[in-house]
Amino acid sequence: MDGKPLPNLSSVALVEREEAPCAVEARDLRFSYGRKEVLRGISFTIGAGEVFAFLGPNASGKTTLFKILSTLLPAPQGSLTILGYDVARSSATLRRSLGVVFQNSAVDTKLSVVENLRYHGNLYGLWGVELRERIKVMLDLLGLSESADARVETLSGGYRRRVELAKALLHEPAILILDEPSSGLDPEARRDFFNYLLRLRASKSVTVVLTTHDMEEAERCDRVGVLHQGQLVAVGTAGDLKRSVGGDVVVIKAQRPEMLQMKLQQRFGLHVAIVDGRLRIEAPKGHLLVAEIVEAFGSEVESISFGRPTLEDVFTHLTGQRFSASSDDDWSL
Amino acid sequence: MIRTVVLQVWSLWWREMKRFWRQPSRVVGAVLQPIVFWLLLGMGLNGSFRPPGAFPTMTYMEYFYPGVVLLVLLFTAIFSTISTIEDRRQGFLQGVLVAPISPLVIVLGQCLGSTTLALLEGAVFLLLAGTAGIKLNLVAALSTLGVMAIIGMGLSGLGLTIAWRMESTQGFHAIMNLILIPSWLLSGAFFPVAGVPSWFRWIMQGNPLTYDMGLLRSALYMGSSKMVSASSGPENITVSIIVAAIFTLFAFACAVTMARREASGVRA
Repeated sequence: MDGKPLPNLSSVALVEREEAPCAVEARDLRFSYGRKEVLRGISFTIGAGEVFAFLGPNASGKTTLFKILSTLLPAPQGSLTILGYDVARSSATLRRSLGVVFQNSAVDTKLSVVENLRYHGNLYGLWGVELRERIKVMLDLLGLSESADARVETLSGGYRRRVELAKALLHEPAILILDEPSSGLDPEARRDFFNYLLRLRASKSVTVVLTTHDMEEAERCDRVGVLHQGQLVAVGTAGDLKRSVGGDVVVIKAQRPEMLQMKLQQRFGLHVAIVDGRLRIEAPKGHLLVAEIVEAFGSEVESISFGRPTLEDVFTHLTGQRFSASSDDDWSL
Repeated sequence: MIRTVVLQVWSLWWREMKRFWRQPSRVVGAVLQPIVFWLLLGMGLNGSFRPPGAFPTMTYMEYFYPGVVLLVLLFTAIFSTISTIEDRRQGFLQGVLVAPISPLVIVLGQCLGSTTLALLEGAVFLLLAGTAGIKLNLVAALSTLGVMAIIGMGLSGLGLTIAWRMESTQGFHAIMNLILIPSWLLSGAFFPVAGVPSWFRWIMQGNPLTYDMGLLRSALYMGSSKMVSASSGPENITVSIIVAAIFTLFAFACAVTMARREASGVRA
């Protein structure tokens, strides 16, 4: 283990960790704001060095989960260990090994990039030559060297997010936790940011846990956990999840969807769902099915399309709802 | 361990300083506003002022001067409070809360920063003591600075207690106008206790700022013959010191309690 601050585990715990190198282990997490149950029994494990995304629409509970993982909310019901620490008991020690990037900017815009990093380093007990060197490494790694002395308020959104990242990684955490890291960034800055993230993972062997509602971002992670109304409905690689849908996805727009749904079910014996006013069929050979449907019911079809399943289709497959159509009432606070 | 705490306090303190100097309007406002206050009210009321019995010669400019020193301290505390509320609103505070730092240390750093600024501004204002007719000797100047530090810590603690509970600066303005400014008005800063109806006197005597005010007056006249009776209130110096110290400790403890609640996520 290359000199990164490892938790002081007892030898027994260390053996357990080596058998199953697990960065985060959650069993049956539950959390409520008052009477509103926001997390309803979530279990998962995240391996050391993994890049893991929690994908979910608003109000799916992902921000609450982020806050619990980053020790901002009190330990919930159920058990949660991070790096072998029980979060309920040792959050102070644990915090040293966590790097947290918030959705809202947590840098001081009146300070320069270096001043922000120095401030943050001091809070984690870093100073002097060591701190100066780490700041330099971070600036190089994140392409910030030239803006080192610029005040953060003069930087663009993409740069600011990189400053956040530099700040969160300065004390060399074993786990990096990010809440919607790409929100508010344009597509280019988004890709850019993610490339930096992957590069950091490679060079610092840090475990990355992030929340997102961006499909493209989720696809680039090692594994994805799909959150829906406070429950984890699926966990796996993006590829596995898509394969679970079962073939292709055919979507039909029709003037009278219910009528066509009945006819299609009678004729082909398929399960036909109506999602957001459109007919949706999952079938192994989509292109053949499209031809057959058009042949038989062409006059009732306004438009028809088929494609390989995306993560959005996975979500619909699992929940029966469209991803973006989820309500905006924000449980996450 | 201790080194880390010192480092943490230092970095919180340093940020307060940096932010202050980077907002020129704040620097100028903090010094000029009380001076304008003092000149306008002082000159306006100078004619109609009847000095407290012991000092038939005291002008209102002189009487009001220590009151303005207290106002300088109060304004600084208010500014720090507002910047803490802003920190939370913008998300900066979250980054501090996930660090391995105790809420006590956070509040200590914030209070020391705010108190340092209060002392700096207070010191600038002390340069004008002569024009008020107060001859500051070295002992008096040093004890005044010491007293200002105690009061500054207390007022910062009070401000932070409010700030850690506040969602918006608007809410804070209401508190400021309803509680902080009236407390200052009723501390003997603006008019002496002597000569007010007795029920009014009780209110003033129950106001912790009255004792801060008395202590400040005593310190300004330290070593001069006016010293003993310079304090406007009924209190003597010992009582003032005890009450002021208790108030400061209490306000600080309240701020730590509020920060602790926020840090443990209870508020969420």
